[in-house]
Amino acid sequence: MTQPMTLTNPSTDIRHQLPAEQEMSSTTGKKSSRVQKETLMEIRRVSKRFDEALAVDDVSLTIRRGEIFALLGGSGSGKSTLLRMLAGFEKPCEGQILLEGKDISRTPPYERAINMMFQSYALFPHMTVAENIAFGLKQDKLPKAEIRERVAEMLKLVHMEGFAKRKPHQLSGGQRQRVALARSLAKRPSLLLLDEPMGALDKKLRTEMQLEVVEILERVGVTCIMVTHDQEEAMTMADRVAIMSDGWIVQVGSPVDVYESPANRMVAEFVGTVNLFAGEIVMDEADCCVIDSPELGRRIRIDHGISTPADERGVWVAVRPEKTLLSLEQPKGDFNWAAGTVEDIAYLGGLSVYYVRTEQGHLVKVSLANTTRRSERPGWDDEVYIHWDERSAVVLRD
Amino acid sequence: MRKPSFTTVMLILGLLFLYLPMLVLVFYSFNSSRLVTVWAGFSGRWYIELFRDQQILNAVWTSLRIAFFSASMAVCLGTLAAFVMVRFGRFRGKTALSSMVTAPLVMPEVITGLSLLLLFVHMAQLIGWPADRGMATIWIAHTTFCSAYVAVVVSSRLREVDLSLEEAAMDLGAPPVKTFFQITLPVIAPALAAGWLLAFTLSLDDLVIASFVSGPGATTLPMVVFSSVRLGVSPKINALATLIILTVSLATFLAWYFMRRSEAKRRIAMRMQQEG
Ligand SMILES: Nc1ncnc2c1ncn2[C@@H]1O[C@H](COP(=O)(O)OP(=O)(O)OP(=O)(O)O)[C@@H](O)[C@H]1O
Ligand SMILES: [Mg+2]
Repeated sequence: MTQPMTLTNPSTDIRHQLPAEQEMSSTTGKKSSRVQKETLMEIRRVSKRFDEALAVDDVSLTIRRGEIFALLGGSGSGKSTLLRMLAGFEKPCEGQILLEGKDISRTPPYERAINMMFQSYALFPHMTVAENIAFGLKQDKLPKAEIRERVAEMLKLVHMEGFAKRKPHQLSGGQRQRVALARSLAKRPSLLLLDEPMGALDKKLRTEMQLEVVEILERVGVTCIMVTHDQEEAMTMADRVAIMSDGWIVQVGSPVDVYESPANRMVAEFVGTVNLFAGEIVMDEADCCVIDSPELGRRIRIDHGISTPADERGVWVAVRPEKTLLSLEQPKGDFNWAAGTVEDIAYLGGLSVYYVRTEQGHLVKVSLANTTRRSERPGWDDEVYIHWDERSAVVLRD
Repeated sequence: MRKPSFTTVMLILGLLFLYLPMLVLVFYSFNSSRLVTVWAGFSGRWYIELFRDQQILNAVWTSLRIAFFSASMAVCLGTLAAFVMVRFGRFRGKTALSSMVTAPLVMPEVITGLSLLLLFVHMAQLIGWPADRGMATIWIAHTTFCSAYVAVVVSSRLREVDLSLEEAAMDLGAPPVKTFFQITLPVIAPALAAGWLLAFTLSLDDLVIASFVSGPGATTLPMVVFSSVRLGVSPKINALATLIILTVSLATFLAWYFMRRSEAKRRIAMRMQQEG
């Protein structure tokens, strides 16, 4: 009984297959070691209604101690509302929020051991950098000497030692972000919330700060929940990602999970780009399944069964552009390929994206890594074939 | 010589329109004649007479005290009203509150004055206070209408303040009251100062309401000036006006000077930090 179960579960399947890809970025690999099994926060069936609109709809999550958790979703999907409920600025209409086993749903924000870094940074304009960082410590009535020590330590942590006496308006965007981070870490919270941490930075600074922030969080060892609508940011920084849409959580998993085994079509399209082919299942067995796709003009074969109920035959087959291959000769076999012409080529430096129009009129994206300089490649209007390995495709529903 | 441009001419005309009357007034305050409009040579005698006139000096002192206390009280009440209007979520009667707080702005002064007078008279009959009208009643009356101005000034500033500043303070462990005093107040301090100054000048300036609610014990400066002008303009009033203009200009200049100096100091500190 257990044997076919594991085979039919695509997510475990791919995770076993791709141990090398788990190390997508060096930070992802390093971080996993500090994540512990112990649960720090539990969100139980939380809902939030504004007037009539349901902003957060029956969300349940568990956050483990030490992990960086990202809430990823489009605009208006309720990410900020959920985060603000964790911080205590909004009261959940239903459900409970447990921090270290204690229900904190009704605790006011100033009594929670949770600190938040705001999207606008919210630095106090009339205080210097040092006073900003000391603000939270002063509320705890710590002795003066200890406050001074802790402020110095925080400034050192974010590499801002020389800026203690400055006012926030005398800092650049990146420096303000560091100060905001230092201020929210100064009280050594058990949970740190980041709302769009890179939202106010330009693209280059953003990638720099993503790695630096992760490094700082790692050094402090704080558990962190961040909100972002940038999937790349979520993938670089987080150990686990939750995809939100219309107030509810569609999928929770590691970056590899959500990218390689998306739960449905929406996740596949939201996280990265994907080629989708509509089709109908014609054969479904334990070790393979065949899908008839008029859009491809050919049948699609997948190397595992998907155990569908008999009445739900319509599915989507998703293939990522980097797993779609391009060749000038006709591939062997009767499955997983189509003929077409190159309609457009986007040269992006590191890789090129080919837009291939198949004979059936479907536009397929293929990305090729530019590993050699100026090699022979298909050009505009060339006749090409797209194909993929039977292990590369994923079957999805709406 | 270059021909002055149209904008320069208009600027000069505008400034003349604004300041010529004051210049004339200052000029005639040094007139030795008793008649205000006839020039009879330079003298400072009206200044000396002004400082001998106990009635005017008393009125100045009364007016200043009333203006100070009214402005301070109005800033407290106006800020509270503004905070409730801007920061509190929807509650019953919020619209009624905000329109009633701002109503005194458009209410004719005669009506405000008359209604306050009636109130004070009835209160005196019912609870025996205020036994006689004077500084206290003027203070209450001025606070009433000055609060409205302060509420408008402060609420417009408060609306601009990023709500997440206050949320950040609470997030860092400051309860709401502490947040208000440590974060909100310092951030809106310029608006409070502006509101206080506005209330101060409005109170100093008010004639109509003060005439309604004052008693024999308290005469404010506008009341003295107005009644003395009805008996014929005395050059003493010119001298008084000149002194007031001088005080105001000096205060403005000092404010500008200190602001510039602190700005320069901060810039130097910044440069030193960059080098160090
Ligand atoms: N204070 C509020 N009053 C009424 N509706 C609100 C309020 N705050 C949020 N909403 C609504 O709740 C929904 C979710 O909002 P939320 O701010 O959580 O979205 P988000 O996922 O953070 O989006 P974005 O990425 O644009 O910040 C939206 O439809 C929004 O209009
Ligand atoms: Mg948001």
